[in-house]
Amino acid sequence: MKKTLLSAAIGAAVLGFASAASAATLDNVKSKGFVQCGVNTGLAGFAAPDSGGNWTGFDVDYCRAVAAAIFGDPSKVKYTPTTAQVRFTALQSGEIDLLARNTTWTISRDTALGLNFRYVNYYDGQGFMVPKSLNVNSALELSGAAVCVQSGTTTELNLADYFKANNLQYNPVVFEKLEEVNAAYQAGRCDVYTTDQSGLYSLRLSLSNPDEHIILPEIISKEPLGPAVRQGDDQWFDIVTWAGYALVQAEEFGITQANVDEMKNSTNPDIRRFLGVEADTKIGTDLGLTNDWAYNIVKGVGNYGEVFERNIGANTPLKIQRGLNALWSKGGLQYAPPVR
Amino acid sequence: MDTKNLAYVRTEMLAPAPAPLSTSTVSGWVRANLLATPKDTALTIIAIALLLWTVPGMLQWLFFDAVWSGADRSACTTIAQGGVQPDGWKGACWAFIGDRFQQFMFGRYPLDERWRPILVAILFVALLAPLLIPKVPRKGLNALLFFVVFPVVAFFLLHGGAFGLDEVETPLWGGLMVTLVLSFVGIAVSLPVGILLALGRRSHMPVIRTLCVGFIEIIRGVPLISVLFMANVMLPLFLPTGWTIDNFLRALVGVAIFASAYMAEVIRGGLQAIPKGQSEGADSLGLSYWQKMRLIILPQAIKLVIPGIVNTFIGLFKDTSLVSIIGMFDLLGIVRLNFTDTTWITPVTPITGLIFAGFIFWLFCFGMSRYSTFMERHLDTAQKR
Repeated sequence: MKKTLLSAAIGAAVLGFASAASAATLDNVKSKGFVQCGVNTGLAGFAAPDSGGNWTGFDVDYCRAVAAAIFGDPSKVKYTPTTAQVRFTALQSGEIDLLARNTTWTISRDTALGLNFRYVNYYDGQGFMVPKSLNVNSALELSGAAVCVQSGTTTELNLADYFKANNLQYNPVVFEKLEEVNAAYQAGRCDVYTTDQSGLYSLRLSLSNPDEHIILPEIISKEPLGPAVRQGDDQWFDIVTWAGYALVQAEEFGITQANVDEMKNSTNPDIRRFLGVEADTKIGTDLGLTNDWAYNIVKGVGNYGEVFERNIGANTPLKIQRGLNALWSKGGLQYAPPVR
Repeated sequence: MDTKNLAYVRTEMLAPAPAPLSTSTVSGWVRANLLATPKDTALTIIAIALLLWTVPGMLQWLFFDAVWSGADRSACTTIAQGGVQPDGWKGACWAFIGDRFQQFMFGRYPLDERWRPILVAILFVALLAPLLIPKVPRKGLNALLFFVVFPVVAFFLLHGGAFGLDEVETPLWGGLMVTLVLSFVGIAVSLPVGILLALGRRSHMPVIRTLCVGFIEIIRGVPLISVLFMANVMLPLFLPTGWTIDNFLRALVGVAIFASAYMAEVIRGGLQAIPKGQSEGADSLGLSYWQKMRLIILPQAIKLVIPGIVNTFIGLFKDTSLVSIIGMFDLLGIVRLNFTDTTWITPVTPITGLIFAGFIFWLFCFGMSRYSTFMERHLDTAQKR
């Protein structure tokens, strides 16, 4: 993984002056008047353009939430499409303020690359898809298989680890772009397709016979996908983190884009504090924002559940179930620390 | 002696005979061209079989089974995939192209401002067409307008930010527009710079020669993709914080210097083909270096290498799709980007999109190639065979 080494080296070099360079990302963002957000160069449901050419998707909505928290206007975002290889350098070099690009939070990225992760906006896991005709029911039967995988991702590493740990042989068929991996799988150049499960859902949409492929039960990795920022700017890190938690908290409170104005009149002190209508609240100003930051997020993009359903949920072509991404109170992992 | 009354001298013309059958009738033509020898016959049969084997299926896929209208993926998917087509259906999804056509042309350029690129395109054609037709007069004025005034006007129209036009930042540019802007700038810069570099490389002044050789060899020795990658990934790390150079500008400069280096070598090939006598003849007339180049050497040299020049242009036009790695979306990039939109994910969308992009690229490249053939014939005064 030369690219990782390169990124790590740059990360280390950048760390030296990162604190000076990025100490005041918030001030910088405020003076620019927009958040520069790094997104995927195209991943169904997470970041893709609509017919008007506007970026839409799950990660894009997260960027919009951050803009809403800062400016009260979710449209004050500029997007930088980043490939898997350049995403970290783009963040390290200060070209983007925030990376919301279905990026897995790992310890090496958190430390060696000089990035900070905390909030997880999507809990994913790596899975396998195979044609039914192979008669395979478990990933453990995949010895000797040719596996299609995208380069420069944790997917590639997990695959190697899993096959090594289980003493299985395999031939990786590696491509840089997801779309090329898809095409290779459809053309039969490999027996198995592996990527995060969210990706398997979108791949199934583009298969000519979706029913002839099955997703194997094994989930071979934990893939907590979340936004990342540069190290060395705690205030900006807090804003980015809490913008995410505010989405989750709003869903837990039952505050939606539609009822957020009504909710301002709620008698529940937690909700009143959250929306910044309690008189003595200082939550927003302590963050470096205004006290109605959470109100602006919900008003601008909705709560976590709404964002999920709008982009990747059951009513979209992707039809992804909430699963691990349900609220903690409903058996999932989405849990926001108390806002108080 | 009067020859008119000699019996063996013909006094009137023969009546014209009909042309030989092999050139006048279809069957004659077929016999002469397709079935002349057993080998020809066998090849003809194989070719026809190949055509019959591929063309009907292709037409079926491209036109007869294709979907021409629709608002989302259901139009282009079978019932099993969640759409309206019968199971087993396969065909092109032109509805996808129709729905996204504007985006393929302009990228994410704001909807209300799209008259600006259209106006630039009209100006471009209006200025280029008379420049390309040899008979139209006032080439000098036309060239001045096209190469000096037009780029400035186009810049302010496309980018805005002055004269009451809203600023449209380059990350919003995309599609065919980006492809054309990159290629136009690349072509317009590379030809003059390439000529200067080629002359420099043949110069007798050591400093100039070394500089030109160094530039050409370094740029030609590096892949374009790595130049773009360096400009995108490494450059921001070297610049002071807060300094950014527009991504698009970086790509423009990268493409232009790259094309110049290649152009220089093409032109040098032409210069080397000119006999030394031409140069000596010019010297003996007392022409200065620049007069000699402008009036004697370059017109002959450039005419010789028109195919090479156009080759470079066509290569450059297609190379512009490499900018997708630095997050700019040219025609190909924006088509591919749209494959990921859940509104249009279907098994046939990618292939339809790629065929469309390929067709557009082909249109432009074929146009350039035909024009260069025409130009070669037009300028072919001395070496006609």
